Amino acid sequence: MGTSVFYFVATLSIFFALMVVFAKNPIHSVLYLILTFFTFTVHYVLLNAQFLAVVNFIVYMGAIMVLFLFVLMLLNLNKENEPNKTALLKVVGIIAGGCLVVTLIGSLKSVSISSPLLLKNPSLGLVENLGKELFGPFMLPFELSSLLLLSAMVGAVLLTKKEEKNNG
Amino acid sequence: MDSLFQNMQGVPLDHYIWFCAIIFTIGVVGVLTRRNAIVIFMSVELMLNAVNLLLAAFSVHHNDPSGQVFVFFIMALAAAEVAVGLSIIVMVYRNTQSIDINVLNRLKW
Repeated sequence: MGTSVFYFVATLSIFFALMVVFAKNPIHSVLYLILTFFTFTVHYVLLNAQFLAVVNFIVYMGAIMVLFLFVLMLLNLNKENEPNKTALLKVVGIIAGGCLVVTLIGSLKSVSISSPLLLKNPSLGLVENLGKELFGPFMLPFELSSLLLLSAMVGAVLLTKKEEKNNG
Repeated sequence: MDSLFQNMQGVPLDHYIWFCAIIFTIGVVGVLTRRNAIVIFMSVELMLNAVNLLLAAFSVHHNDPSGQVFVFFIMALAAAEVAVGLSIIVMVYRNTQSIDINVLNRLKW
């Protein structure tokens, strides 16, 4: 019974991911993407990676998706300026994607590491364990990521600031 | 939570790999077939998430917390990327009144 939870949630996330790509309205795409990320949070919980589940829930669903939705509503897109590719390009894209997934799965089948996933250490993904890892060997990348976020913030503000007309 | 995971122990690692390959491919198809810049961005997010889930699954498989730390860093990077990318899209929209990426083809030369 337990493994069927994984397959059910995996089916749901594949369905929602397909809806993200094929939905006509960009707002619907964003809402389906939020649902996809929620199913990914469930996957993290099933892997017992509780820290990642909480971070995924807060950062992705809370912050990034709200940013997407906000920008989409700011842009005021109408139906007539919704761009569309020609049918030929769409078919070519879908065929290319099908070739990619067939190649990936076919090549991974020959490796055949089909051992069932076993959690040897139940506290692997808990906050305490990851915090010790993050502030131990990964101290320098952690501090550098703060610099990355600062530069991204400065860059975003600089890019969206309206350019002043310097007439004088 | 523990009892929930005890039930989960039967899923083979192969199925995680296949699932992530499928989600990644859906992201690739989205980038190839859509012209709306924001939807292309969301497809990139889908690809990033597929890789994140695979890293977490392998981290559990090898009993190594480094994989989950990498996922944390990828999430921080994705937040920065989305902020800068969406501001670029806003600026493009302000200059061209459209977010069709074919408007940007004059960036080629």
